[in-house]
Amino acid sequence: MTRQSLLAVENLSMRFGGVVAVDDLSFTAYRREITAIIGPNGAGKTTVFNCLTGFYRPTGGSLVLTQDDRNFQLERLKGYRIARDAGVARTFQNVRLFAGMTVLENLVVAQHVALTRASGYNLGGLLGLKRHQDAERAAIVRAREWLDLIDLTGRADEVAGNLPYGAQRKLEIVRAMCTGPRLLCVDEPAAGLNPHESADLARFLVLIRDRFGIGILLIEHDMTVVMGISDHVIVLNYGKKVADASPAEVRRDPAVIKAYLGEEGD
Amino acid sequence: MMGAAPRLKDAGLAALVALALAFPLIGFETAESGVGFTTRFPWVAIAGAAVFAGRLLLGLLPQRFHLRQRASRSTAVSDGKFVKLAAAALIVFAVLLPVLPFASRRSIDLATLALIYVILGWGLNVVVGLAGLLDLGYVAFYAVGAYSFALAVQWFGLSFWEMLPLSGVTAATAGILLGIPVLRLRGDYLAIVTLGFGEIVRIVLNNWTSMTGGPNGIGDIPRPTVFGMPIAPGAPAGVTTFNHVIGIAYDPIQRLIWLYYVALAVALIINWFSLRIRRLPVGRAWEALREDEIACRALGLNPTTIKLSAFATGAMTGGFAGVLFAARAGFISPESFNFQESATVLSIVVLGGMGSQLGVALAAVILATLPEFGREFAQYRMLIFGAAMVAIMIWRPRGLFTVRAPSVRLDQT
Repeated sequence: MTRQSLLAVENLSMRFGGVVAVDDLSFTAYRREITAIIGPNGAGKTTVFNCLTGFYRPTGGSLVLTQDDRNFQLERLKGYRIARDAGVARTFQNVRLFAGMTVLENLVVAQHVALTRASGYNLGGLLGLKRHQDAERAAIVRAREWLDLIDLTGRADEVAGNLPYGAQRKLEIVRAMCTGPRLLCVDEPAAGLNPHESADLARFLVLIRDRFGIGILLIEHDMTVVMGISDHVIVLNYGKKVADASPAEVRRDPAVIKAYLGEEGD
Repeated sequence: MMGAAPRLKDAGLAALVALALAFPLIGFETAESGVGFTTRFPWVAIAGAAVFAGRLLLGLLPQRFHLRQRASRSTAVSDGKFVKLAAAALIVFAVLLPVLPFASRRSIDLATLALIYVILGWGLNVVVGLAGLLDLGYVAFYAVGAYSFALAVQWFGLSFWEMLPLSGVTAATAGILLGIPVLRLRGDYLAIVTLGFGEIVRIVLNNWTSMTGGPNGIGDIPRPTVFGMPIAPGAPAGVTTFNHVIGIAYDPIQRLIWLYYVALAVALIINWFSLRIRRLPVGRAWEALREDEIACRALGLNPTTIKLSAFATGAMTGGFAGVLFAARAGFISPESFNFQESATVLSIVVLGGMGSQLGVALAAVILATLPEFGREFAQYRMLIFGAAMVAIMIWRPRGLFTVRAPSVRLDQT
């Protein structure tokens, strides 16, 4: 199958005062592929995510998401519209679940946009129209399918904040998937997980890629995960792209080794 | 848990604080006549000793306190049935109240006031309890509702029933107008700005004499009619009174009972509305916003519309309460809408347990009627109120009812 480009990042720069966090970065992410972004701490990985999802307005460059012959200029969209209209969903380095709400509610809130429409902007729902009830039932069924996938069905009505850490990480990914995204950005999903849980999570990301045919952008420090599941790897150092190749090639790249380990004689 | 020495030290420190506070507060008394004051230092010593003993006693019971706190949280899920029963009992009691033996003009009037506070509590609960937006100027919307009604009566001759929905609309509009400038603010900052808004509304009402009558207020506010017929001793020509139609003699208590039932109906409708909206997308979005605004944005929820809808819904409810208040008193002035009211309503929401309909209703009833029951020993009122607050913060730090019923359950389908 030919590669279909999903996200084209061109000459992206992000400056905070005198600090250049991302410097003239260009890369492409494809559908049905996992694109990993790696690099030492402070290399600008999360800044790229924040530009992509509207939390920062880039200083320069363009971010274009293409889907079904429609182009979305992400740098011009408001944050919530990037998720709602362009279909870019993300997770956070420090898990951001709705901790006081139940697991199921987290997943139903993620389907807010569709549910609001079906409920006639809440008015139909207030009157108890059937269309809204059907939509809500469908949302629950969908949530349940996802919960089955991560073995959390039995804890659906528990408060999300009480779940163990690994389950919270997975739930956050599933919540992002419930928005029906085209591009899923996961920020260090394996942080704080043990090797067994990391491997489990890696399998889950591959499953998402293969079953739903969406593109995944992955920031991760755990090289076992990155090298095991990525289709291509982008290496950043001081905001600049150092390498952009397959995992095997990246591993041998002298520039990458230099970025991570420093030069000989340093 | 603690040894004897640290316990004594802890109690001693508490006693020292109490002594420092008691010295100026209790230690001096202004003289009955003339200028000057008398001292009463023995009382200061007694206060210090009482605090020392109390603190020591508290220190001896630490384990029991911890147990109770944990129990209150772990039982939170299981007592949904209890809440339903209690709510049903409360409604039955409210409906039967006017025919109960102790019903008098005073008690029914007081019950109407309590209902107004229940409505206010439920309204603020949407903003503070569900959406997590700390609003210290809620009284502003109460005032907007009351004044819309009073002014519409004065200038356009509109009636209670026409103005009840319309005042909701004007108050909701005021809610959106306040909401727009404060969209970016959270927590303390939001609290300060809303506090200012509440004061601005009161000061404008106080000073815009040509429109609002200033501190003199507005009087002659009509009571609600029964299907267009007033309850009155005698009627001007061409008007039929309700008493005449059903053929009973006029008694002033009838007006109070009717207003009470109107308030009860409004409260029940608002309760139904609140329970329902919590399970709709917008209600869940409010709670999600309270939990994490950034995550909301990342899921495609528009924080602007969510916040404004919360402000508008809360304000609308406050507007309804304002109309009922104006109809009950027959007279309103800016004095009734001071910060004290905002604080009372906020205490109702916090004491009741943020997000809990039943808890807020109970807290409203308690806070609205307590001052009246305490009238005989009015000088101890604030003391009792303070003690109750402290007790709640110790045993129920998250409010009387900490139950949060999920808006949706898996086993429903």
